Amino acid sequence: MNIFKKITNLARRKSPWILHYDCSSCNGCDIEILACLTPLYDVERFGAVNVGNPLHADVLLVTGSVNLRNADVLKELYRQMPDPKAVVAVGACALSGGVFHDAYNVLGGVDKIIPVDVYVPGCPATPESVLDGVIMALDKFGHGSNQGENA
Amino acid sequence: MTNLLIGLIVLCFTPFLGGLIQGMDRILTARVQRRVGPPLLQPFFDVIKLWAKEPLFTSAMTDFCAWGGLVGSAAALGLFITGQDLLLVFFTQAVGAGLPAVGALASPSPYSQTGGQRELLQLAAYEPVLLLILACVGQASGSFASWAPLALSEPLLPQLPLAFAALLLVTGIKFRKSPFDTAASAHAHQELVRGMYTEYSGRSLALLEVAHWLDTVLLLGICALFWASNLWCMALVVALVWLGEIVLDNASARLTWPWLLAVFWGPGLILTAVNLAWVVW
Ligand code: SF4
Repeated sequence: MNIFKKITNLARRKSPWILHYDCSSCNGCDIEILACLTPLYDVERFGAVNVGNPLHADVLLVTGSVNLRNADVLKELYRQMPDPKAVVAVGACALSGGVFHDAYNVLGGVDKIIPVDVYVPGCPATPESVLDGVIMALDKFGHGSNQGENA
Repeated sequence: MTNLLIGLIVLCFTPFLGGLIQGMDRILTARVQRRVGPPLLQPFFDVIKLWAKEPLFTSAMTDFCAWGGLVGSAAALGLFITGQDLLLVFFTQAVGAGLPAVGALASPSPYSQTGGQRELLQLAAYEPVLLLILACVGQASGSFASWAPLALSEPLLPQLPLAFAALLLVTGIKFRKSPFDTAASAHAHQELVRGMYTEYSGRSLALLEVAHWLDTVLLLGICALFWASNLWCMALVVALVWLGEIVLDNASARLTWPWLLAVFWGPGLILTAVNLAWVVW
């Protein structure tokens, strides 16, 4: 791996800009994600910034189960994120539909619609595990010479 | 010729200086908010990452304007460092500052459109004030060359206190700090976060980020002219202005754009015009 590739991978691991999309969560997981921004967890220590724009984002955090209404929105947000990108599904609902899996319009977990890189379990997922999940997702940008090109 | 050579060498280092200033800004902002904050080199990581992302442009104009913005800012700083005419510096930086707004308006996205329009309003608010400030500096130091204040034995600040006060307003806008960051704030102090930058992504966002670093250095350089007779005082003025902006950014919410125009076209223009009249007569 040449030096430029190494520096680029380091920069990618050090600067994950996060887009948070709430599919149909009960807001439990969303509150825990927002807690990551507070002084207690301070996600900016790892260079992470919460951005409101898919064009600027590297990591997509999805909470809640996917249903017939929001599947297209989720797909569109994913499409608008430039490569390389990673997806982290946060909470039982995003993993499998959770308590809502039986509802008439629920399709299931996020991976029914877009490829998921890291699954963060919990109902709700704790801020520590969300941070852990984001950092695990960053490995996708950093190891091996070909990874990080096509996420 | 030697001026040009010195200027080019210094210009090569200013992006590093600008990035470090930005890194310190982010750490200090985090500390004010009782957080640890990112590492000092975070702005460099951000820019390298953005540069290496897949290029996605909604219009070719966006990328062109990002390059134009960077070239404008670099040229203005280069002219300033090599001791050229301050008015030339002013008009060059105005081109660099205006192009990103044009790029934002080239996209149909409503966020980008609103951001672009607000950026143009910001330009209309602060550019006349900045022009008058530079006119004050030129008048008071007897020459419009940017190095002229360095040759003076007395500092300019006692002669130009009102112009300096107006310059503090202008630095607020150029550093993209509250309460004046109506177009493209980095923080969620407002309803339109990163408005003008909505359609800039990857490489073009990286270019504008570097342009912003260069603008920061240029503005701090202009602040330094106000006490150019002593190197330590120069550094002190720059440090105080920079710290003051960070504290103000964290202590205030954003103004709406009518307020912005009222502050700059009212007190901003009056302060500089009165100071200019005082220096001329
Ligand atoms: S996993 Fe639990 S807390 Fe999270 S969105 Fe679903 S029901 Fe709410």
